[in-house]
Amino acid sequence: MSEKLLEIRDLHTYFWTENGWVKAVNGVSFDLWKGETLGIVGESGCGKSVTALSILRLIPNPPGRILKGEIIFEGRDLLQLSDEEMLRVRGNRISMVFQEPMTSLNPVLTVGRQVGEPLELHRGASIKGALRVAIELLKKTRIPAAENRATDYPHQFSGGMRQRAMIAMGLGCEPGLIIADEPTTALDVTVQAQLLDLMKSLTRDLSASLMIITHNLGVVARYADRVNVMYAGKIVETGTAHDIYEDTRHPYTLGLMASVPKIDQDVKAKLVPIEGQPPDLAHLPEGCSFYPRCTFAVEKCSKEVPPLETVGGIHQKACWIDVRK
Amino acid sequence: MRTYIIKRVLALIPTLIFATLIVFFLIRMIPGHVIDLMLSQQDISADKVTRQKIEHELGLDAPVHIQYLRWVSGVVLRGDLGRSLWRQTEVWKDIKTRIPVTAELALMSLMISLLVAIPVGVYAAVRQDTMLDYIGRTVSILGIAVPYFWLGTLVMIYPALWWGWSPSVELIPFRENPLGNIKMFLVPAVILGLFMSAVTMRMTRAMMLEVLRHDYIRTAWAKGAPEKIVIIRHALKNALIPVVTLVGIQVPTLVGGTIVIEQIFSLPGIGLLMYDAVLQRDYSVISGLMLFIGLIVLLINLLVDLSYGWIDPKVRYK
Repeated sequence: MSEKLLEIRDLHTYFWTENGWVKAVNGVSFDLWKGETLGIVGESGCGKSVTALSILRLIPNPPGRILKGEIIFEGRDLLQLSDEEMLRVRGNRISMVFQEPMTSLNPVLTVGRQVGEPLELHRGASIKGALRVAIELLKKTRIPAAENRATDYPHQFSGGMRQRAMIAMGLGCEPGLIIADEPTTALDVTVQAQLLDLMKSLTRDLSASLMIITHNLGVVARYADRVNVMYAGKIVETGTAHDIYEDTRHPYTLGLMASVPKIDQDVKAKLVPIEGQPPDLAHLPEGCSFYPRCTFAVEKCSKEVPPLETVGGIHQKACWIDVRK
Repeated sequence: MRTYIIKRVLALIPTLIFATLIVFFLIRMIPGHVIDLMLSQQDISADKVTRQKIEHELGLDAPVHIQYLRWVSGVVLRGDLGRSLWRQTEVWKDIKTRIPVTAELALMSLMISLLVAIPVGVYAAVRQDTMLDYIGRTVSILGIAVPYFWLGTLVMIYPALWWGWSPSVELIPFRENPLGNIKMFLVPAVILGLFMSAVTMRMTRAMMLEVLRHDYIRTAWAKGAPEKIVIIRHALKNALIPVVTLVGIQVPTLVGGTIVIEQIFSLPGIGLLMYDAVLQRDYSVISGLMLFIGLIVLLINLLVDLSYGWIDPKVRYK
């Protein structure tokens, strides 16, 4: 396997609220290899986005705080860097594509200016020089008539085009890692696939790694080499996309799969939702966080937190039960 | 764009007609007729004949609506705002000579107001809930609560009592002594400016707080922009849109403020002219001034509206 690009060890990101500390990310560890596409899946509030924002140290503080852990990127622990050093990482070595293309672009700056801005910030490009590169980047993301569109404002762009512009913005400094936080959630289904294909091929051209954060298992299955399934601030199952789909070992992952409609399924068949609500992250149950909703749960589950255990190759799960039985 | 401006300028006409109508009639309802005041000053025993003579000479014997029509036709046909009832000077000339004083006071006040309000508002938002935020907010509450005429009076009285210092009463023209001129305007402009800055500061702070929560600010951080760029390039321009509206709305306050401040500091500007004219019931001066002030206020608001197109790209005038 190739070189390690990112290594996250025991990351804890909490948010202080009136009800106590909300444990949004509660001891997450994983690696990311150069050129790899990693999918992070889970339902809303499971800590996927907070993990991503923690990597860039963009957790609003207060109320958020990274309490402990290491985020080693290109050999340096990002959590130990000074604020100035961190500025040189953001948008330069790691760029992020956000989930809301409608609101993630600044309404009073031209699209070209915004796409070229990382070059102004990190490469000392002039506004004009950055704009020239921005036009090239917009062309790469297949925005038609990029020369003319670069001087348009975001409101003159459609949702899909804005997300293309967001992607272009992330490519300018040829980062080692691109984090895409629900990059296609707000878009039409037809546009989603186009954009993901585009992202995948552009990151491959840069030999960059891609981290796709999504709740869409279909996206993960098609684009990710490896998958982390998160629940209540922890990784509950991790492995290759094939492991996760064909050899599911965690009851939560099974539940997620069952709640996705399948094209070959009988039209009258009902989707099986996961019963109950995700736990209150300020008051996690003792033992496994998933056991109150788990159909497999036994007594041990309510007492002891299951560790991530290898079940074969790089496939790991955090569950006391063998769901194959 | 051009048709938009022409339309807007044409739309000013009914507003102006309405405003002058109100003033024209209202001022004549105030007790104490101009003739009475004149006669009492000249100590003439007011026999009916003298009175009628003066009234006729000044054209005040005609019914009010006829007077109004005469005045309006003078304005429209000859650009003539009429003559002062007391001095027989041309109203427009009176106004013209006083424009520089008021313009200087108003511009300086506005500049001071913005120079204080915007940086303090931005700072208070960025460092929300810190000591400086609280100080800024408290001072701005004081600025809203303390009447500027009271503050102006204090500034006139106490330095004079304590240090024997008092602001110049004689107008120092800018051309002769620029520094002295600015010094002279500084105190009244600071008082008026601080009063106006209070609301602007609070608006700037509130808007900045809102803008800083937007997704595109997070995008800017994620690009590796330093705080200065995030705030100035990404947040401030968005936050200023409503602040510009507020400044437009404040123009009448500014005009009202100059009237009071000019009176306190005896600056011979339009405000003082207005003040004296009201005291003397100089109807034609008041009407002329109101038309002039109304026009200025409306034009500034038009400029404010047009400036949206420059600040907010979503606004395009067709």
